[in-house]
Amino acid sequence: MNLLHFINAFFGDGAHWHGYNGIPTRVGEHVGYTLEALAIAALIALPVGLVTGHYGRGGNVLAMIAVAGRALPTFGLLVLMTLLVGFGMVNVMTPLVVLAVPPILVTTYEAMRSVDPSPVDAARGMGMSEAGVLFQVELPAALPLILGGLRSGAIQIVSTATIAAYVSLGGLGRYIVDGLYQRDYEKVVGGATLVAGLALVTLAVFWALGRFAVSRGVRQRA
Amino acid sequence: MFGVLIRIDSVTKRYPDGTVAVDRLSLDIPDRSITVLVGPSGCGKTTTLRMINRMVEPTEGTILLDGKDVTQQPVNTLRRSMGYVIQNAGLFQHRTILDNIATVPRLLGWGKDRARGRARELMERVGLDAALAKRYPYQLSGGQQQRVGVARALAADPPVLLMDEPFSAVDPVVRKGLQDELLRIQAELGKTIVFVTHDIDEAVKLGTMVAVLRTGGRLAQYAPPAELLSAPADAFVEDFLGADRGIRRLSFFPATDLALLTTPIVAVDATAEQIAARATGETPYLLVTGLDGRPLGWSAPHELTAGSIDPGRLLSHGRPFVPGTDSLRAALDCAVLSPTGWAVAVGADGRVTGVVSQQTIAEAIRGAHAAVPADAPAAAPPSLSKGGPSDAKVAG
Repeated sequence: MNLLHFINAFFGDGAHWHGYNGIPTRVGEHVGYTLEALAIAALIALPVGLVTGHYGRGGNVLAMIAVAGRALPTFGLLVLMTLLVGFGMVNVMTPLVVLAVPPILVTTYEAMRSVDPSPVDAARGMGMSEAGVLFQVELPAALPLILGGLRSGAIQIVSTATIAAYVSLGGLGRYIVDGLYQRDYEKVVGGATLVAGLALVTLAVFWALGRFAVSRGVRQRA
Repeated sequence: MFGVLIRIDSVTKRYPDGTVAVDRLSLDIPDRSITVLVGPSGCGKTTTLRMINRMVEPTEGTILLDGKDVTQQPVNTLRRSMGYVIQNAGLFQHRTILDNIATVPRLLGWGKDRARGRARELMERVGLDAALAKRYPYQLSGGQQQRVGVARALAADPPVLLMDEPFSAVDPVVRKGLQDELLRIQAELGKTIVFVTHDIDEAVKLGTMVAVLRTGGRLAQYAPPAELLSAPADAFVEDFLGADRGIRRLSFFPATDLALLTTPIVAVDATAEQIAARATGETPYLLVTGLDGRPLGWSAPHELTAGSIDPGRLLSHGRPFVPGTDSLRAALDCAVLSPTGWAVAVGADGRVTGVVSQQTIAEAIRGAHAAVPADAPAAAPPSLSKGGPSDAKVAG
């Protein structure tokens, strides 16, 4: 009995490929949770990071928020939320968003701060508006680092979204939680493998996004 | 000859911590000429420049552009009417060269095609190969990037160009090329340029007017460069101009009227009779020229063997000067560089037109100084006292 045996047995079993507990359904749920949590985290962290980074103020406050966010135990937060609001999506999303906001926020702020000041000075001197400076000069230059922050957040969400299964929701955590409960280690290993695979896919997606969205002139310098 | 375009009227910039960057500065910047602000670090030259396009707001005083207070119009409208060039060019790394240059026209609402067409014209004007249009800034050398910076500033054809130490980050050879290019572009376009530098040589070379500022943001002297070199206002300006101010001042005296000797010159294929005929004793050396008329080097007449002159064994002739375009400084430099103490004059085609001794150049310098009182600008070409050998032919 080894790891490869478990993996072979799990993926070789035709029963695991369809139905409400099938791999496609669980992967779909997992991806859904991830995208939703990432979207909410980005909606909170990106504007705050971009604006504070542009004006260069509030860095200390952001660092404190980030430390506090990282210090919150995800599992503890999940239990707390469940006690407060009962079972449901909100108590799963909250810890995932709290997990992803700090890396996105801090990286975005730092990325904006690290933009070369001369093009920014040139842009202002040529009469570009502040919004123009932010979106047409600073953001394109900061984009590789900002995508890096989003990638960290996304990977953390993918790996942690398994907690949804503890509060009766789906996702790949279902296999791990149920497998442990049923002492079905084939299921546990299969679920863990899928989570790891999904994390790698996330990396690939962000790599492709970087190729697509970042200008060649910036990419070559980084 | 010029009107006043920008009037800086007793402007002071005081920062909240009490530092005074610019102290009651008044300066009339003439139309269609290059005005250079020069001084040591902390003299407020960059602050002064940045107050013109309101990147810095003055604490007191006013700045008038064409008679109107610069605070009267929206700040971005003002800035779009002035080209802005900074030290490291400040190009947008994510945009192509063409789109970098098209920035201000796009801000002014031009269509993409029209802005890019204009950008292509500008690339040609500043001497950039059209093949660079689709490149990104990281693919260009420092000098090329700075040219793009100048092109970008000129793109919307603004009447005013503000340049903040634009050439100080490139090596001396490239810098000289960029300076010459700027003078050429200025001769074509006639912009009102305000140019900040800490390099007094650059100031003297480029400036129609030069404002020397001292630490604390006060004006030490405001004068044309020739006047600055001949009559520094005080010890600070004199010190800032440096030890070789006298030599540099020679740049303003043309070498046109130097009496050139044409006798002591032989071609590399000269016969013994020709060598003997040329060795008249006026000079201890003969200048040997190639068959194309270009200078090869100096030699004593008795060391020249007709028919077998070895160009490799001649004494160096220094760097020849062109009497019509070069200054007395170039002529003196040529004479000093040659071990014989004689300077070689060539035409625009590089062919030798004559030779001149250090003594003759020194007399020309004395004549030039005599013609220009020490406290007045050396504007007109000086008339030379004729002190050369009586049989010298004067070449134009």
